[in-house]
Amino acid sequence: MKRSYYLKAAGTYFLRMVTLLLAVSIISFVLVSFSPVDPVQQYVGAVPNVSMEQREKIAEYWGLNDPPLERFFAWGSSILRGDFGVSLLYRRPVIEIIGEKFATSLALMITAWLLSGILGFALGCLMGAFSGRWPDKILKKLCLTMCSIPTFWIGIVFLMFFSVTLGWFPMSMSVPMGVPAAEVTIWQRIHHLILPAFTLSFLSFAGVALHTREKLVDVLESDYVLFAKARGESGWSILKRHGLRNILLPAVTMQFGSFSELFGGSVLAETVFSYPGLGAAAAAAGMGSDVPLLLGITLFSALFVFVGNLLADIIYRIVDPQIREGRSK
Amino acid sequence: MNLAASERRISGIGKERFFLNRRARLAVWTGILFAALAGVWLAGVLIGGGQVAADFSAKGLAPSLAHPFGTDMLGRDMLIRTVKGLSVSIVVGTVASGVSAVIALIVGIAAAAGISWLDHLMNWLIDLVMGIPHTVLLILISFACGKGLKGVLIGVAVTHWTGLARIIRSEVLQIRSQQYIAVSRKLGHSGRWITVHHILPHMVPQFLIGLILLFPHAIMHESSLTFLGFGLPPEQPAIGIILSEAMKYISVGKWWLAFFPGLMLVILVLLFDRLGENLKKLLDPYSVHE
Amino acid sequence: MENKAVLTVKDLSVSFHMYDRGLEQYDLSVISNLNLDVRSGEIVAVAGSSGSGKSLLAHAVMGLLPGNAKIRGEICYRGELLTQRRKEILRGKELALVPQSVSFLDPLMRVGSQVRGGRKDEGSRRAQKEIFKRFRLEEQVEKLYPFQLSGGMARRVLVSTAVLSGAEVILADEPTPGLDLEMAVEALNVFRELADEGKAVVLITHDIDLAFHVADRIAVFYAGTTVEVARASDFLEGKEALRHPYSKALWEALPQNGFRPIPGFQPYAKALPKGCLFGPRCPHKTEGCEREIPMRELRGGYVRCIHAD
Repeated sequence: MKRSYYLKAAGTYFLRMVTLLLAVSIISFVLVSFSPVDPVQQYVGAVPNVSMEQREKIAEYWGLNDPPLERFFAWGSSILRGDFGVSLLYRRPVIEIIGEKFATSLALMITAWLLSGILGFALGCLMGAFSGRWPDKILKKLCLTMCSIPTFWIGIVFLMFFSVTLGWFPMSMSVPMGVPAAEVTIWQRIHHLILPAFTLSFLSFAGVALHTREKLVDVLESDYVLFAKARGESGWSILKRHGLRNILLPAVTMQFGSFSELFGGSVLAETVFSYPGLGAAAAAAGMGSDVPLLLGITLFSALFVFVGNLLADIIYRIVDPQIREGRSK
Repeated sequence: MNLAASERRISGIGKERFFLNRRARLAVWTGILFAALAGVWLAGVLIGGGQVAADFSAKGLAPSLAHPFGTDMLGRDMLIRTVKGLSVSIVVGTVASGVSAVIALIVGIAAAAGISWLDHLMNWLIDLVMGIPHTVLLILISFACGKGLKGVLIGVAVTHWTGLARIIRSEVLQIRSQQYIAVSRKLGHSGRWITVHHILPHMVPQFLIGLILLFPHAIMHESSLTFLGFGLPPEQPAIGIILSEAMKYISVGKWWLAFFPGLMLVILVLLFDRLGENLKKLLDPYSVHE
Repeated sequence: MENKAVLTVKDLSVSFHMYDRGLEQYDLSVISNLNLDVRSGEIVAVAGSSGSGKSLLAHAVMGLLPGNAKIRGEICYRGELLTQRRKEILRGKELALVPQSVSFLDPLMRVGSQVRGGRKDEGSRRAQKEIFKRFRLEEQVEKLYPFQLSGGMARRVLVSTAVLSGAEVILADEPTPGLDLEMAVEALNVFRELADEGKAVVLITHDIDLAFHVADRIAVFYAGTTVEVARASDFLEGKEALRHPYSKALWEALPQNGFRPIPGFQPYAKALPKGCLFGPRCPHKTEGCEREIPMRELRGGYVRCIHAD
């Protein structure tokens, strides 16, 4: 009984993932084939004296003269074999670059994700507990304003203030320039990570705080909190026993559902700080017309978002008693 | 009787009467916001090319009375460039959110048409668009359009409709479940007739509010994309371009090149946000729970 | 048995402070000059139609009204005037509320730990198990979440919270909605038992028919005030034994007594009539009814009507 339930759920998720990735690959492939940018020109780029014949050869080699449908199947079947092609910018296999860059991005994204999640939740609780009074009013206005600040601009402002004016943090990159990778210390890495991480978490921090506040206010106005008061529970105990219990789960699942914004924000934050991660690579691939890399990153980012939503769903199923015990009955 | 409910009802009564009086004030406020935004747009249009011409005798000046926002490395006044940039942002934001809102309307109504497969398809489409990070999708679309203004417009338009489409879908479903629609159907009116005469008119407030509230996002994404280099051509004084240029000079302490244009962008976004919220209170007072 | 009132409510008025037109403010009065007393070992039912602010009476006694509520009059527990502070100390110990539905339980907390109210000691655990046994709740119920409770189980769980607290005064707010007759009687019998053990029970209900089967006295509630306090037997005896025109009309509206509806509507809290609140619907209305009407003793009960005899 239980087993078949899990199997069915896993099957549904898998089917959803396959259709999503298939659709994303079709759409992105169609989009890049629409592009007026000539890939051969991009590839040849600055190299002078490339004859028409040589260009033709490259086009032939890439199958550019084949009909689009054929090209799509050729691309699709090589992807199924795990071959995402070779990046034009880096002249290395796309899959290698994605792996390498994602590892770098992951440190940044996890830090920002935890920052916005934990601090945003704490601030949201504070606002909710004071709801309607002046600390709440001021903080709420502040958060609403923060929601209107573009990630890249706040990154620039952080750079100008903390790096240029105060000199507390390095200007860019993930490691000090000119230092061999083996000699970079963990502290240097953290030092380079702080500003980009704060930049990336800035927008979602305000979002999480406002969302948590709304939830907590709803809980505190609920019938069950009224009854808890009637039974003699005090304000702090209510917040701890009923407040946190009822807002933690939505907050955690929302945080897992925010992978899309996290990835999108990383493109901007990494570009501002020249942080060599996947986001910056996505921007570079688009700018440099690196089609294989762009397609690879698009697929990967869709998978990344899907995994986030999947985790949110699974956590809900495991933690929420209404789903967990409602099912086992 | 439930206390919370009665309390809500009682405060609802208070609000209704309170609202009648606030309505006029709110309308004036909304008018002022609208005029301010229209003014910025008009100012950007009226400023001729001559005023943004390079002047190498005044390059890289810090903010002063003559140049409140300073000048850039070509000696152009940053205030004038910023206003022109904001004006461009407003135009891009208007067109993109307009298209986006229309897409949302079509998808939302189609999803709620009562045809099961269509609903599934539309929901799947929404999930799909939300399944790719916005910025990545924007880069992809912009690349497909060969970068430039067209790419930004299409990109922002096709990525921002999902939220509004969901709202419209649930609104239409709610209206459809009402008695008078059933009566209308019994009277022999066709589905299309009902959509045009009963459903569309009800969608107007939601549509307008949704449209205005799309603006802030549209503008933020437009400037982000332009900042990354995908958007408007470098000759255009768009805010994203100004800021990406400014990136080169922040290490030498020319902070005003990035600070003021960005700040103005934030204020523009906040103004649009306020305008949308005000309009929401005016058109749909009961949706606001404060 | 000493027949002194445990809880007395005297001239209680509750109003909500509201904003109107610009910065003008006004008070919306939902309970006015309400009188009530309840003794140990008895059930007093507060009966009136839905939406007449009965729940607010319980909330006022427990000190649960929201910040914009203003409260006048006296609420005394064992002769001691209750301030908001005192209420906060006494609630859950001497005063207990039995709410109307399962929505008053935290949806994410197991029933047992909720009934114990955070106490983890062996004593309260044992007490809770005993009470569950008494209310025929199986042992496994304490491991359930509120959404898994059936309607009848939920009722018994809610009552058990009040019993566990050991409170002397139990305020039950609409304990019978949505229950069929059999279950409703069963739910009300629980309160009868509690009263027989010496608790003072205030039963707030719109179901006057059920109320006079289980209660000792009935306070008839109309438009935010008590218009009559009668013995339950008066209702069984018939229309003539009742005192207030509204009570008589209510009696006539009962299915077994002719099912005659009362003409007119209960006045809305913002537009209360002067003097007698029932005036606009009363067949005996005279000029004198537009003055302040005091509560007076009559034939062993109380009535707020100048014509009653």
